[in-house]
Amino acid sequence: MNERTLSQGQISALKQMIPEERIRVGGQIGEDYSHDELGGVFGYPEVLIQVMSTEEISEIMKYAYEQEIPVVVRGAGTGLVGAAVAVEGGIMLETTRMNHILELDEENLTVTVEPGVLLMELAQYAEEHGFLYPPDPGEKSATIGGNISTNAGGMRAVKYGVTRDYVRGLTVVLPDGTVVELGGKIVKNSSGYSLKDLIIGSEGTLGIITRAILKLVPLPEKSVSLLVPYPEMETAIAAVPKIIQLKAAPTAIEFMEREVILFAEDYLGKKFPDTDSAAYLLLTFDGNSMDQVESEYEKVAKYCLDHGAVDVYIVDTPERKEAVWSARGAFLEAIKASTTEMDECDVVVPRNHVADFIRYTHELAGQFDIRIPSFGHAGDGNLHVYICQDELGENEWKEKLSALFDAMYARAEEYGGAVSGEHGIGFAKREYLRRQVGETQIELMRGIKKAFDPKGLLNPGKVID
Amino acid sequence: MKILVCIKQVPGTTAVEVDEKTGTLKREGVESKMNLFDLYAIEQALILKKQYGGTVDVITMGPDQARAVLMEALYMGADRGILISDRALAGADVLATSYTLAQGIQWSGEYDLILCGKQTTDGDTAQVGPETAEFLGMEHVSNVLKVLKVEEGSLEVLENQENEVRRLQLPLPCLLTMEKDANTPRLPSYKRKLEMGDRGVEVISLKDFKDKDTSHYGANGSPTRVERIFPPEKNTARQMYEGEPKDLAASLGQLLKERKFI
Repeated sequence: MNERTLSQGQISALKQMIPEERIRVGGQIGEDYSHDELGGVFGYPEVLIQVMSTEEISEIMKYAYEQEIPVVVRGAGTGLVGAAVAVEGGIMLETTRMNHILELDEENLTVTVEPGVLLMELAQYAEEHGFLYPPDPGEKSATIGGNISTNAGGMRAVKYGVTRDYVRGLTVVLPDGTVVELGGKIVKNSSGYSLKDLIIGSEGTLGIITRAILKLVPLPEKSVSLLVPYPEMETAIAAVPKIIQLKAAPTAIEFMEREVILFAEDYLGKKFPDTDSAAYLLLTFDGNSMDQVESEYEKVAKYCLDHGAVDVYIVDTPERKEAVWSARGAFLEAIKASTTEMDECDVVVPRNHVADFIRYTHELAGQFDIRIPSFGHAGDGNLHVYICQDELGENEWKEKLSALFDAMYARAEEYGGAVSGEHGIGFAKREYLRRQVGETQIELMRGIKKAFDPKGLLNPGKVID
Repeated sequence: MKILVCIKQVPGTTAVEVDEKTGTLKREGVESKMNLFDLYAIEQALILKKQYGGTVDVITMGPDQARAVLMEALYMGADRGILISDRALAGADVLATSYTLAQGIQWSGEYDLILCGKQTTDGDTAQVGPETAEFLGMEHVSNVLKVLKVEEGSLEVLENQENEVRRLQLPLPCLLTMEKDANTPRLPSYKRKLEMGDRGVEVISLKDFKDKDTSHYGANGSPTRVERIFPPEKNTARQMYEGEPKDLAASLGQLLKERKFI
């Protein structure tokens, strides 16, 4: 797909701008940079640059814009839809060395970070200072820049919302190299179109995030999780909208199947505290006193016991949380390790259709004779459904995969859902986005893309064609 | 099979201050929890109960608030809790604690197997389990990873010896102390909590013991005294070296020689 190959002159010009140890060309670029975490979408950049600053990125972009060279930005490469793969070659800017936490502003409750800071580093930094950065995607080794680019929300979305709700300001380099400051430390903003919110979730197609001001909340002093076993998945998930109705405000409601827990046990080489039941809900409650947290979770625990739960287990100490949540954090890798290849469907549906949708994936698994394990955020309707190739031949796998995706996205749409809850559209899911939102919305998106990137150089071929 | 697990309530955090005058931990106002190692012992006991039938009792010594760890063990699946609580028992060292536990155990009943965590996270001596066994005249093994099987009159265990794992056979009754991460302890059940309420714990004191001589208990019965306990000095001085790996290695070598480490 490399239509626009860089000339030797262009490569030399870039080498003039960047110190030798931070620029790699052609065969010097490792295999890792040709794909993301899920694989399936491949393409090598022609030049890989580890960028260090806004000014440097601006300088590179000015040159690339003038020379019409495509540019793809990559964080830690943990994406799952090929968004950070250089499918048209060109320059790849890797942000992982821009990994400094620049400022903690305790008066405005904000933290200012560079895009290459990892989510786990940010979470730890916030906690050490008595704050919580609430967005909590499962992939803790993702960069915050990549995370803002997909708007992945993670596990605490039920109570705290998603990444978008915590981005106050962004420094962005536009495709022509211009640097703009969007938003800031301000809490409210009714000043024109929110360009900041367009950048969030734009998967690197509109601008390059070089700095972010994020909102923090005071760290809740106590938290307790409940692990609730059920005899079957449907009873478990059917309980979720009812739990929400109890107004107990859990921070997270995750669902998990025994099969997936057993994969995680194998993968981590560690036993989960309970695997006697077919399905589990995992809920977390937080607050500033144990009494408050207990009164919240007891309401939910009693409801669960009265409505089909086998038991309710209390996950209250750091060791118990580690035993349960480390398994939850390893699900994606564990399913991946259980099969030859897999692809995923990250649909989001209204909460009251989660049970219907999971039942449907079970039906499909039977109908297509294929393994479809799943887990996800029952509390916000975002499911992670994995289709496993196992022993299937390549052609049969591709055919089944395509038919299954069609069926699942169609069903999600019937329920009023969307193609992606948090992984994004990238390269892999463009067709499904087009089908779901229709030509009018795609045209609007094309117009926005054109306004930011008239030459179509930044992350070409992603999100929209 | 009648099993007893010895457990202890310890401070919930490692950031506990030490009272330099008395040499004891300042426990007031500090949250507490069950000693981590004891959870492995409870789990092992409950696994054996499921495999071979029988009962699991739990015992602890402490003030009334230590009832909480007994309740937690009951919510995990234990059948009966015994709290040894008496002012006369305060200030006990390893010997007096072990003796007190042995007296409490003799009051409680006859057991085929007694399980302990291999050590506590506050005292850290790892001696109370074995000493209790000596007072009870029982065989004992420490650092047990797993009980492999129980047969008529004996059981087989894996014992962690750091560099090797030994498979041992012991006659019953015996006492085992469980190694860290020996298993994944089950979680306390809220269902059991609702069912049991605050029932299930019996409280005993010195007057229930066969040996009522107060000079054998608490500070009076403790031949060891902590002379001084103090937080280690913190040294935060540091020197940064920068440069090429080769030069850095040379500087490090030089420094280690100067300080006579090599």
